[in-house]
Amino acid sequence: MQLNKILKSLVIALPMLTLAACSSTTDSAKNSSVETTAEQGVDKTTTANNSNVVVGSDTDVSIDPVENLTSEEVKQQVIAELNSRRVVYFGFDQQFVTPQYGELLQDHANFLIDNPSVKVLVEGHADERGTPGYNIALGERRAMAVVKYLNNLGVSESQISTVSYGEEKPVDTSHTDAAFSKNRRAVLVY
Amino acid sequence: MTMMKRFLSLLVIGLMQINIAQAALEIVITEGQNSARPIAVVPFKWLGKTPAPDSLTDFASIIADDLRNSGRFNPLGRELMPQTPSDEADVNYQAWKETGIEAIVLGTVTPLKDGRLQLHFQLVDIARGVKNQSPQEINGKKVLSKSHVLLNLKGNFSTRRPRHISHRLSDYIFKDLTGTRGAFLTRIAYVAINYEDKYPFKLLISDYDGMNQHILFRSTEPVMSPSWDPTGTKLAYMSMEDKKHEIWIYDLVTRKRELIKPYKGSNILPTFSPDGKKLALVLSKSGQPDVYIYDLKSKNIERLTKNRGIDTEPSWSPDGKEIFFTSERGGTPQIYKINLANKRIERMTYEGRTNLNSSVTPNGAYLVMVSLQKGKYSVSKQDLSDGYVQTLTNGRLDKSPSVAPNGSMVIYSTVVKGKQVLSLVSMDGRFKAVLPASKGEVKAPSWSPFLTTKKN
Repeated sequence: MQLNKILKSLVIALPMLTLAACSSTTDSAKNSSVETTAEQGVDKTTTANNSNVVVGSDTDVSIDPVENLTSEEVKQQVIAELNSRRVVYFGFDQQFVTPQYGELLQDHANFLIDNPSVKVLVEGHADERGTPGYNIALGERRAMAVVKYLNNLGVSESQISTVSYGEEKPVDTSHTDAAFSKNRRAVLVY
Repeated sequence: MTMMKRFLSLLVIGLMQINIAQAALEIVITEGQNSARPIAVVPFKWLGKTPAPDSLTDFASIIADDLRNSGRFNPLGRELMPQTPSDEADVNYQAWKETGIEAIVLGTVTPLKDGRLQLHFQLVDIARGVKNQSPQEINGKKVLSKSHVLLNLKGNFSTRRPRHISHRLSDYIFKDLTGTRGAFLTRIAYVAINYEDKYPFKLLISDYDGMNQHILFRSTEPVMSPSWDPTGTKLAYMSMEDKKHEIWIYDLVTRKRELIKPYKGSNILPTFSPDGKKLALVLSKSGQPDVYIYDLKSKNIERLTKNRGIDTEPSWSPDGKEIFFTSERGGTPQIYKINLANKRIERMTYEGRTNLNSSVTPNGAYLVMVSLQKGKYSVSKQDLSDGYVQTLTNGRLDKSPSVAPNGSMVIYSTVVKGKQVLSLVSMDGRFKAVLPASKGEVKAPSWSPFLTTKKN
């Protein structure tokens, strides 16, 4: 599979990218909290969080001086591929992962298993129906459901952390039913 | 990462003390003015030797707005007043009686040498005033009764906070005419969001009427659920500025804030106990959201609920002996209460599939909450003595109800024309008003306690 190849190359590419992200964050801290426009436009929260790629990994990532590095294009392709498939949507008031996300989560799990030093943050989100206090609990439930799924696929618990945004960070802010279904989600953020 | 985190925090703290002079919110009444009692607030007369300064506050206009905003009174427009007396002795009672007005407020403003102002104001009952025009016999003597002068007060005030003075006068008037303490000297805290801003999430406070707005804090990340301490000088809230849940207490006097050391997972929904010594909050450190009590002095926590489902949204009973909360232990979210002495849990709501985010009114009589009915979330109240439920609002996404400290009104968030805005509804559901924001969205309102210690 093409995807498998991409993911394999990512095993090497990602630590390099992590390092790059790390140094750029330190150098241009001025822009880090706001520079969100150049992203893939998949998810507001996630883009804002991209600087968090650095969490805890700037010291413990070891970089093998591999000669045959993949090209910059391939790295970008891999990132794009992962970013475009990192959102798990949920039904109204539902907190379980539906089977249609099995393949997506399997790919992420394989990647995490192959790269034990890589960490992932799972964000849980809810739509705005109901109350903020209930929805933030629901968002946590959704994030936990994804964590459990990844755990069952063999990903180490120490690689995964969660945070719930509840209804506070919608992707679509239009207060319509269509918006609600886009906002009920969990997002995997590297 | 550490550098960035520090930088973010600096941004947040450095921008904490920005004030906005004008009101970004104003109260627009949408329903219920018909049943309000007719009253008139006559413009106060200036008694200075030189003409009144342009900057002089129109006290009568602020008082009239307060009375109108309470939903209980319908102040007469100035152009319809038969006369503009400034003392009871000059009132033409017959003329006022013909307008149908129940009571009028009169006053004078006198500048003092020390720069302060002397305010003299009177509240006069028109019907009784008509009767008292003819002398009455008391102990064989014919006297003119002054029983129609309900209030006759004089006081000296600094000119620094004219709206504050006006709200105090409104409180006196409201108490005299309704028997209930006025809630005009109160504030609201709320969250404003404007996604186009560099720092979209803001925590603000203002007077109850939207004036005197202050931004306490702005952030790139969400801020949630502000809640007042019983003295009205501190706010507890949750901020995600560090990309995780953190509960902070903001001191409005010192303008400093203090972090409650976070536990793993959720740290959300802090609410002060009535004595101000504890916070009820929700932590998920044991794997699912549960209600805890945090002791502000000892910094110890006590776990109150142990349930595999969601337990959330704690609120204190007025006597501080019980905590009401939302729980899924029955299958769908319903309201429960826990007795803090014996830890017994009792289900409170049975009507409808879903009830959320409850709080008890200050007199202990009602539970105010969010109920799901026919696919719509609205604010409702349940009589705690007989369980009778009344729907107060008719929105689709109404939430975050917060009751005024005198129990007369509920402020909540709703969606109007595709935007989240604050709204008011009276406790009987008749009076409704919205507080449109000039831009962005507004939510998570929290009504302060009374800001004066006087007992009237």
